[in-house]
Formats: sequence, C-alpha cells, structure tokens
Amino acid sequence: MNTSDIYQRYQRQISLREIGEAGQQKLSLAKVLVIGAGGLGCPALQYLAAAGVGTLGIVDYDIVDISNLHRQILYSVDDIGKPKAEIAANKVKTLNPEIEVQTFIMKLDNQNAFHIIAGFDLVLDGTDNFASRYLINDACVLLKKPLVYGAVLRFEGQVGVFNLADKVTGRSANYRDLFPEPPDPDSVLSCNKAGVLGVVPGIIGMLQATEAIKIIAGVNEVLCNQIVNYNMLSNEFYKFNISPTEESINLIPKSETEFLKFDYDWFCNRHNANDEIAAEELDVLISNGKIRIIDVREKNELPLVNEFSHSQIPFSSIESIISSIDSSDTIVVFCQTGSRSAKTVKFLRAEISGCKAFSLSGGILAWKKLHQIISN
Amino acid sequence: MEINILTFGQITDITGKTSFIYSDINNTDSLIKELTKAFPELTSIKYSVAVNQQLVHVNTVLNDKDIVALLPPFSGG
Repeated sequence: MNTSDIYQRYQRQISLREIGEAGQQKLSLAKVLVIGAGGLGCPALQYLAAAGVGTLGIVDYDIVDISNLHRQILYSVDDIGKPKAEIAANKVKTLNPEIEVQTFIMKLDNQNAFHIIAGFDLVLDGTDNFASRYLINDACVLLKKPLVYGAVLRFEGQVGVFNLADKVTGRSANYRDLFPEPPDPDSVLSCNKAGVLGVVPGIIGMLQATEAIKIIAGVNEVLCNQIVNYNMLSNEFYKFNISPTEESINLIPKSETEFLKFDYDWFCNRHNANDEIAAEELDVLISNGKIRIIDVREKNELPLVNEFSHSQIPFSSIESIISSIDSSDTIVVFCQTGSRSAKTVKFLRAEISGCKAFSLSGGILAWKKLHQIISN
Repeated sequence: MEINILTFGQITDITGKTSFIYSDINNTDSLIKELTKAFPELTSIKYSVAVNQQLVHVNTVLNDKDIVALLPPFSGG
C-alpha cells in the first residue's frame, strides 16, 4: 500500500490529536497477541486489524460450534467445525490485507507460553477459564509484557491493564494483585452454565482493543493498574484502583524454570476440590513456597524428614493446631502412609470453614519413594 | 455512621441487591464478619474488597459515607 492509500485508510484515526501519524506508525510496527478467539477475541481482533496493528497473533485450539455464533461474530454457519484461529485469521486478513497474522492452533500451556508470548509486544487475554488467566498473567509478569485483561459473566464484564508502569508512580500491578489465588472450582459460574448476553463480550472485547491501541499509540490515559466493572443491565461502570502487593510477587513463579513446573490446571481446578495431593504435587507447592507442611506422626517415628521444612504436631494432639490456622493458609498434612493425615484434613476442614488443607497421598513413604530416597 | 456497600457478579446473587447500607461498622474485617453472618454463602466464594475504589488486602478503617465494593472474579470470555 502506498503512502496515500495508508493515509486514506487511517485518515479518521490519524486526524486524532492523540494518535496522529506517529501513533499510526507505532500501530503498524506493533505485534499484539490475542489469546482466545472467542467472544472477547473476535471483536478485539477485528478492531485491532482495522486500526492497522502490523502483526496479530491468534492463539486458539478450539473449533467453531453453533453455540458460539451468538457472540463470536467473526464466524458464520459455514465455519462450524473449522479451527477458530484459522477462520479468524482469514477474516481479518480480508478486512486488512496489509497486516501480518500468525496463528497458533494449540492450547496455551506453561510449556509453550513463554516462547509464543516472547514474540509479541502486548497480550490481550480473551480466554474463558482461570487456569489460562493465571498462566497468562504470570508469563506476562515474567516476560514484562503489558496485558490487557477482559472477562465476562451474564450481563457484566471486567476490563483492565496489567504489567504496565503507571506514569505517576512507575509501579505496575498484575492480576494476582486483584485476585491472588483462583476461586474454588465448585464456586465458579461459567458462561456455559450461567449464560452471557452476546453483546457483553463484544463490548468488553472492544474495550480491550481500545486499551491496546491506546497503549501502543502512546495515548496517556490508559486503564493502568485499574479495572472497570461494567454492568450492562444497570448501565453502570465502577472503577477499581489496584496497587502492587508483596503477596502477588511471592505467588508468581520466580523464573522461567519455576513457571515450566507450575501446574496451572491443577492449581485452578483441583485446589480445593480434593482432599488429597500426590507426592509430585507437593513438590510443585514447595517450589511455589507459601505453604505450611505439618507432620502428624508421633515423635520419633521414622523416616526422618529433613528435605523440606515442616512442623510436627502429633495426631494425638491435633486439636491444638486449630487456633494457629488461618483459612487463607494452604496446608499439607502428612503421616507415614496417608491415613492419619487424611483424618486430620477431614477434621480441619470440618472445624475451619474454607480451610485449604490437603493430605499427602501415600504419606511420606510415597514421597520418599518418588525421590528414590527409600526403595520398595 | 453509614457505609455504602456495592456488590458485583455472584455477590449480587447472594445478597440479592447491588447496593445497601450498613451502619456503625468501623473496619473492613468487621464488615465482612457482619456480611458473612447475614449471608453465610459468602464464605463459599472468593472476592476482592475495595474501599472508595481502592483495592485493600488488609483490615482497613472505615469512615462515614465510605463505599465498600465486593468484586468476585469472572472467567468467561
């Protein structure tokens, strides 16, 4: 496209004092990754492509289903059964052939996230589950990529910008400063069950695209360290200011190596649902820190445990720990084979509402076997 | 002393209204305690608390006419 075509295509946008030719140039050089080409991703992709964002990445492993069509407006009946990322890429290329579109027809996970995200300047989260949201947040924190967050339920939506330094304080908050840990999977309402009005992700997705465009073009006013909740039944906006916290820094994996070991599906989906954790899962929790481990064997029982720090409170005096337990603590209890620890966890969960206590399945013997410290 | 409480998402399902007023509450911990007493289902879900639009993570003193907002996470997209 020659200069006059470019000018004509983007003329209404270039005329804006806040964008101008310099802003348009920045957009054409920008690389934006849209994760999830669903209700949020579809409108975001359309507007980012239309605005002239030079490179768009689309991550989605799903195929188009008829139940998607009421809100995922890039797809039509003919597309049912085809990969969303591919269809979305074709549609936005038709809208703006000048841009480059990269597709990633795969589920984003902790093994591929670093590699994919590293190739882009900014990430737009259009996913529909907590495991992906925590994974994307943590990867963006570690890779220092601005993240435009959006989420919806029924008639409500949230939009915000994370990992972008506030112009005044120079500090940046992330998703874990807002919601440090995922909710209990049993308490979560998904759009599948609770429903969502199609236009709601449309609006939130467009708000995400708006923030992305403003960040890239260098517009001063961005939803930095803030989220807005938009209730489309009552037509009310409510803004929340978020400050960076020590807690979130402790919760996020410290390095790529730790990130590669962090099991986000387990973290979000099994966290409170099961009373037991496997020996491998204890290792994940230990590497993340922030857990309290209690040995409920009687004194002098063998084998001794000196591989990780823990406290000893014998099962016979288990009632004495209640006062020291906070319902926000994650506790792993172990004994020799997992039987006394299972009883302890049952007791703790009954006594302390919301208590996140888990019993080490197979006891310390299973853990030592896993690490080949003892043989069969 | 009056504290205005705003609710969002699932919290509204539990409390049955998007805003209401509590009197004579001095800090966020006592407010959460009172709310949990009135709506026991609140213990089963996670939410964040903001005082006058600022997210707070520790017990925070409340003054007359403060607005406390209770925001649960959404995951839909």
